[in-house]
Amino acid sequence: MENFPFLSVITLLPIFMAAVILLLPEERKENARMLGLAATLTGLILAAYVYVAYYQNLPAEGASWRETLLFVEEYNWVPGIGINYIAAVDGLSATLVLLTAIVGVGGVLISWGIEDRPREFFAFFMLLVAGVQGVFIAVDGFMLFFFYELAVLPMYVLIVIWGWERTREYAAMKLTLYLLIGSFIALVPFLVLYFNMPALGQESTFDLRVWAETDFPRNLQLWTFLPVFLGFGVLAGLWPFHNWSPDGHVAAPTAVSMIHAGVLMKLGAYASMRVGIQLIPEGAVYWLPLIILFTVVNVIYGSLIAMRQRDMKYLIGYSSVSHMGLVTMGFAAMNMNGFTGAGIQMVSHGVMTALFFAVVGMIYDRAHTRDMDALSGMGTVLPAAMVAFTIGGLVSMGMPGLSGFIAEFPIFLGVWSGGTLNLSETILNLNPANYYPILAIITVFGIIITAAYILRAIGTVFLGDYDGEKWHDMRPLLSIDYLTLAAFVLILIVIGVFPEVIAPIVQSGVRPVVGRLDEVQQAGTVLNSVQSSAIDILNWLGGAS
Amino acid sequence: MNPQSLLPSVPEFLAILPEISLVILIVAVLAYDRILKPAERRRVGLLAAWGSIVILLITVGLWVLFREPEPNRSLVESLMWGGMIRNDLITLIFRVMFLVAVAIVSLISLDVPALQRGEYFALLLSATIGFSLMAAGSDMIMLFLAIETASISLYILTGFLTDDRRSTEAGIKYFVYGAFASAIMLYGLSLVYGITAQTNIYVIASLVAQSGAIPPEINGLFLLATVMIVAGFGFKISAVPFHFWTPDAYEGAPAPVTAFVSTASKAAGFAVTIRVFAAGALGAPNFDSEWWAMLVAITIVTMTLGNILAIFQSNIKRMLAYSSIAQAGYTLIGLVALTPDGSGAAMFYLLMYVFTNVAAFGVVVLVSRETGSDDMQDFYGLSRRAPYLALAMLFALLSLGGIPPTAGFIGKFFIFKAAVDAGLWWLALIGVLNAFIGLYYYLSVVKYMYLYRSDDEEERIPVSRAASVALALSVLGIIYLGIAAGPAFEWTRQAGAAFFPFSG
Repeated sequence: MENFPFLSVITLLPIFMAAVILLLPEERKENARMLGLAATLTGLILAAYVYVAYYQNLPAEGASWRETLLFVEEYNWVPGIGINYIAAVDGLSATLVLLTAIVGVGGVLISWGIEDRPREFFAFFMLLVAGVQGVFIAVDGFMLFFFYELAVLPMYVLIVIWGWERTREYAAMKLTLYLLIGSFIALVPFLVLYFNMPALGQESTFDLRVWAETDFPRNLQLWTFLPVFLGFGVLAGLWPFHNWSPDGHVAAPTAVSMIHAGVLMKLGAYASMRVGIQLIPEGAVYWLPLIILFTVVNVIYGSLIAMRQRDMKYLIGYSSVSHMGLVTMGFAAMNMNGFTGAGIQMVSHGVMTALFFAVVGMIYDRAHTRDMDALSGMGTVLPAAMVAFTIGGLVSMGMPGLSGFIAEFPIFLGVWSGGTLNLSETILNLNPANYYPILAIITVFGIIITAAYILRAIGTVFLGDYDGEKWHDMRPLLSIDYLTLAAFVLILIVIGVFPEVIAPIVQSGVRPVVGRLDEVQQAGTVLNSVQSSAIDILNWLGGAS
Repeated sequence: MNPQSLLPSVPEFLAILPEISLVILIVAVLAYDRILKPAERRRVGLLAAWGSIVILLITVGLWVLFREPEPNRSLVESLMWGGMIRNDLITLIFRVMFLVAVAIVSLISLDVPALQRGEYFALLLSATIGFSLMAAGSDMIMLFLAIETASISLYILTGFLTDDRRSTEAGIKYFVYGAFASAIMLYGLSLVYGITAQTNIYVIASLVAQSGAIPPEINGLFLLATVMIVAGFGFKISAVPFHFWTPDAYEGAPAPVTAFVSTASKAAGFAVTIRVFAAGALGAPNFDSEWWAMLVAITIVTMTLGNILAIFQSNIKRMLAYSSIAQAGYTLIGLVALTPDGSGAAMFYLLMYVFTNVAAFGVVVLVSRETGSDDMQDFYGLSRRAPYLALAMLFALLSLGGIPPTAGFIGKFFIFKAAVDAGLWWLALIGVLNAFIGLYYYLSVVKYMYLYRSDDEEERIPVSRAASVALALSVLGIIYLGIAAGPAFEWTRQAGAAFFPFSG
């Protein structure tokens, strides 16, 4: 059991299964979904094991990143230039691997009824899952890029073939080009960093553990950070590069929207944190006080646009942009609270959005419209969908007792207390102490706007009069739908009520990153009173962890 | 050759063993063609394919079992036959590319009725001899003869379908352009000979490197010679502005021939180009040389123009022609990086490009045989008509576009990495931006195949066993090089060092 390659199996099994599915003979193509379910379920079981096992072996506080990595597997890939296959997880990636596995199973279940070329659909879906998992387990820079690109391509095919007829061609091409341009913009400075290693007395390698222990020269960090962070930030929906995201969400078939908003956008946030902030900390400290302004726009602007939408999928698409803004904002807070909140927000938002898209997909399958003006009284026929959507909505408003609160509260705390950091030499000589608290206050209004559009959506779609004649062919939910929704809702509630199932492991994952930032900050890491009281409150809410 | 003995030594003999075997194979193919009954005509193609696979195995076997060509040989030891050819790892790797290409192309073409003739396969093989000697040649005379051997075979192959007006037209066009380019190149070579009184490129390179060997007053003449040689080489690799023949020849030629021209011929052109320039025969290989600036300009224009023009094509062969121009641009980045790693990356890129483009054209051959045209519309709904063909095309297009898990991703990665390593990060950036333009039209074809519907969806496209073997081999090559790039990359990297015998 010790040497079982859990992570490689989680990542590579779907690829293997994709090949098997493609080779299925024509007359047995219905088996594709069973094989897909088998692969994702196996992945889920293994991911759950990895999560639990990691949780039981949480690294000590102050451990270096290298020490926090568990389940390490190392093989040579292209040894001559320092490319290796290194798979490992820390607290954050273990969590995200589990999230991906959950959403993956949900995606397969939701697409159970797909009839147009099921073999190809499930094969590409498997590739998508594999690409995402691969990024989360990658500890080698090249491997990270490899899987990152691998995740983007199936998106194109899945959207263009099985997406919404009206916009799929446009949206798929837009999405693919945005994301690939982003990743390649990140690639060039990444290579520049790589070639600077010999000058620093390191052997040139893509092993990120070595990178994390290398202090690159300050001026190099300053100019490489921005393209790396923004390049990956495109996938995280960072304003002003978010434009692909709502279009992509809307055009994608339900399962793909779930993976896309639920997991894929986290990929961007994760990679910009892992490669950007963790490896280029001085650059991060220099630029993040500016980037946080973008994230505020993200949150406010995203939710304002969501207010205007009549199409449910666009509504959720823009709300995703808004919520992902909170994740990057947590990073930009540059302290433990912010990062913890951002980590939890990734999970909470992932599950919540997957839930939203699942509900919308169920409604669309039955009503053949997503126009909120045309829908009314859906709660009468689909009560479970209404309950699930409402819980998801409460999560996105940050209602205490649900996961959204556990995620958003620390982020706001982090930004608020980010003002106590005493930074020097940031871009434009911005001093976070002067304006971070104000930004926190502004951003909180985003939640109010969120409440407005979510409540309005619930009101128009689920409540109101039910027109029995118009919807005469309405079918009730299938048991498989109930199962999916119940699982997602359960996760949101469990995280909300027992944050200790996730908070410590995420904290252990982000601690080394924050440690890197603290090293380059002049002010040190002594908790100030606001921060410590915040942690007290958090502990109290979570029932003492 | 040892002056005391008239017999060649064993290494000298081994150095041209592949060429000797190819000549034997040509004779065998022509003879076999005479004795075949009309109903068994496809067997001549099988003989050519299997024969070239056997030669491939011999070539690789010599390397694996006897370390021949020995990589640690000094420059003087690796020059053979009086300095006419150089037998080194570069030669070996390029030979592998050519033999793979000719084997797969033979497999693809053996079920095309118009091409089931002994002459066709004999010409393919004689072109391969030319390529092989181009890759090995280290003397200007040898290089010119090899280039002509290859080119003349290709002119005939391009116009092979005498009943098809487009094919003959393409053949004539290719021939006129090619003869013109050859003449200019030959003039350039003769000027270099006039200046240095030497024909061996390595001797020339060491002369050029000496200060004062070329009097300053004839520097201009030397530069003129360089420009002429660049024009000749640029024609072979279809670099802008010497690319005008490419779309027409690619479109008119029989599709298997196009596959061959776009891969093996291009790779051979690169072998010569990289060898001559990296050796420093036309000026030291550093960023101050005039030819370097010239090549960088050509690199940038080639990628950009190739990609932009490819977007507007409605004929799949023309699109792939412009795409191959763009791909030549990426490969040139590896050359102008002027490092062993860069040249190695260029070789790796060509290796993966051979597999990729042969797969792409293989699909085009099969589809156009069924539909009778090369319109992009033939690809509408291909995934319903022939799911496996569509899948092979998907992999080829992804590889051209540079998306994992295909070899194109790793190939581009190595090229850009080499460029950044050499300090040319801006060139890498231009390459990256170009890769996106490329992605647009490659993905469009994916869209046609998987999304669009056509009226003939019910008609399956028949795929012969030979063709499916050929496609499976090339797709496996694409995936293998994409996932387990390590060994092949180490190999090309090691070979890349041989391009620069005078540095380090």
